[in-house]
Amino acid sequence: MSVTVFTNARLVDPSRGLDEIGTLIVDGENIVASGASAQNQGHPDGASVVNCGGKAILPGLVDSRVFIGEPGAEHRETIASAGRAAAAGGVTSIIMMPDTSPVIDDVALVEFVLRTARETSCVNIFPAAAITKGLAGHEMSEFGLLRDAGAVMVTEGRHTIADSLVMRRALTYARDMDMVISHSTQDPDLGSSGVMNEGLLASWLGLPGIPREAEAIPLSRDLMLAALTQSRYHAAEISTAMSSAAVKRAKDEGTRATAGVSINNLCLNENDVGEYRTFFRLSPPLRCEEDRLAMVEAVKDGTIDVIHSAHDPQDVDTKRLPFSDAAVGAIGLETFLSAALRLYHSGDVPLLRLVEALSTAPARLFGLPGGSLKPGAPADLILVDLDAPWIVREENIRSLSKNTSFEEARMQGRVLQTMVAGSTVFTT
Amino acid sequence: MTDAPGFPLFPHPHLLGIKGLSPADIELLLERADAAVAISRRPEKKLATLRGRTQINLFFEASTRTQSSFELAGKRLGADVMNMSVASSSTKKGETLLDTAMTLNAMRPDILVVRHSAAGAAALLAQKVGCSVVNAGDGAHEHPTQALLDALTIRRKKGSIAGLVVAICGDVLHSRVARSNILLLNALGARVRVIAPSTLLPSGIGQMGVEPFTKMGEGLAGADVVMMLRLQRERMAGTFVPSVREYFRFFGLDAEKLKAAKEDALVMHPGPMNRGVEIASEVADGPQSVIQEQVEMGVAVRMAVMEALLDPRRNGDGA
Repeated sequence: MSVTVFTNARLVDPSRGLDEIGTLIVDGENIVASGASAQNQGHPDGASVVNCGGKAILPGLVDSRVFIGEPGAEHRETIASAGRAAAAGGVTSIIMMPDTSPVIDDVALVEFVLRTARETSCVNIFPAAAITKGLAGHEMSEFGLLRDAGAVMVTEGRHTIADSLVMRRALTYARDMDMVISHSTQDPDLGSSGVMNEGLLASWLGLPGIPREAEAIPLSRDLMLAALTQSRYHAAEISTAMSSAAVKRAKDEGTRATAGVSINNLCLNENDVGEYRTFFRLSPPLRCEEDRLAMVEAVKDGTIDVIHSAHDPQDVDTKRLPFSDAAVGAIGLETFLSAALRLYHSGDVPLLRLVEALSTAPARLFGLPGGSLKPGAPADLILVDLDAPWIVREENIRSLSKNTSFEEARMQGRVLQTMVAGSTVFTT
Repeated sequence: MTDAPGFPLFPHPHLLGIKGLSPADIELLLERADAAVAISRRPEKKLATLRGRTQINLFFEASTRTQSSFELAGKRLGADVMNMSVASSSTKKGETLLDTAMTLNAMRPDILVVRHSAAGAAALLAQKVGCSVVNAGDGAHEHPTQALLDALTIRRKKGSIAGLVVAICGDVLHSRVARSNILLLNALGARVRVIAPSTLLPSGIGQMGVEPFTKMGEGLAGADVVMMLRLQRERMAGTFVPSVREYFRFFGLDAEKLKAAKEDALVMHPGPMNRGVEIASEVADGPQSVIQEQVEMGVAVRMAVMEALLDPRRNGDGA
């Protein structure tokens, strides 16, 4: 087995609360030593030694909300192309949403995704299964069988379960099967016609708005049901101060609830929509600056546990449309780390906490390997220049779809090398 | 008027909305429109200003009035006018929009007049085609020529717009006419009020440069101009307001409610009217009504807009 020794690296490992200059040794697929103490540890002959010159090594990012077009919309993104984009963005593990065609609500689909990932993807792909069959919101899918096949969570993807009884039973049953339910909440009536955040901006643009309450009402219901059922509930993507307050309250009361936020809702706000820029038609919608700041604060204080990219490839034909007709979503894998580092460079979130939300916390919450630089952990890691400036250019995007909400954006910090299970899958 | 040597150059390639226009831009269009009114009242109405130019009216939403107004305006200026009504039925609207636009663009029109049900459609199209684009209504966003014709009507009746109290009544939430009028009237110094049940007012209305009212009596008190908006049929039956009769009772303009406004207040409506819903016939056809003048001013304003956009001094860069 080959041995790689990274010397003189800034090791950032939230799983141990560690941020220090040291050495990290990879032997085969695993990390065998890491820390300042490994600095003077010997290494076998023939090991390749990389002097990192003080650059950072982080556990590879674990992206818990990624949409991929395979099966069904391979022109938008395949499992292979998503893997390449992920590797370039420092993401070593992806949880893939079940909104495919056919929907991942059946053991055969889980197996298909895992097999395709094994054969074509350079990063780890973990399928999430639908809570209800066909994402239709009525009949539960086979949580136990899906889990045994390799599904790591159940989620309704882009959809919100309207029926409270269905939600209650799903939570109850998921508890027995030890599955996390991850749910994105947008009231299908209150938010139905809306295409952007409700408020003055939408009013002037003549676009129907999505009020904050459309997210908070079903979220509050879910949190109450999670308390009732004592189940593990993950609020997949919250975007407002109202929602983070609800999550905080539930956590304080002992509910087994966690929360995620899209990188878009941390870095952008509704003003980015400008004059009908459809790449900024997102779900949840970009909110006002006060809400964005509340999301940043909630990441910092731990109310929000994880940050995800909400990677959602859409082709030009579904985006070059009038705003209200355009598809929802933006790609995000390749810009994920760099965009997140804005929160570190701005001084809003300390690096350890940030990396925890990007890697360690999602790995822990969803039971995935990775998220750690501890000896014994899989060598899913990234070498990062935290300060390198670069500009996001469409022609450099590896994703099959180019709908980035960071086009021409100036970034600070980028991935130099990505390693998955000891193999280098990306280098600059 | 023909070569309009006296008018300053209009500094925009398109007319997508009132937003982005300076008061001077608006005044310029109104001045030009005043001249166009005079021409339209002559027995010989046809000019050669746009002779040889091609105007395409691309309507994704049916509109007899606006479309014929633009058509007549183009013809009076000597342009070749083509009407295209694209029924937005089974095919997805947006695809039709850009596909159709690119096809038409290849036919080298000089000006494209667009109406579409989606906000921002005219702006999207303007990015894709090589000619001037006039927004003839995009969703609930803007309808700039309507606001200009309303302003022209008011100005000709009242002399000036600054300082007037204008009450816009009805379905402001879904109204592009309301948005364009709020912008334009504020730019020219009017005091704008809106009157509607709160279910028909957009979020943040209080910050849109208007004073909102939910009672006609209060909102109309002392108004110089009463501008009624059309209420779409599908919004009358329990979704936004409980019923037609309840709406008419509280928000329909009849002679009794109109008494709250100034005695010489103008009554306006962009048409087509729902008589007995938002406006009573006694008022629509009454002495204070300027609804017919609005239609006449519509043609003049559209002549002015197209002349200004296709100003020969522009060196053909709009084409």
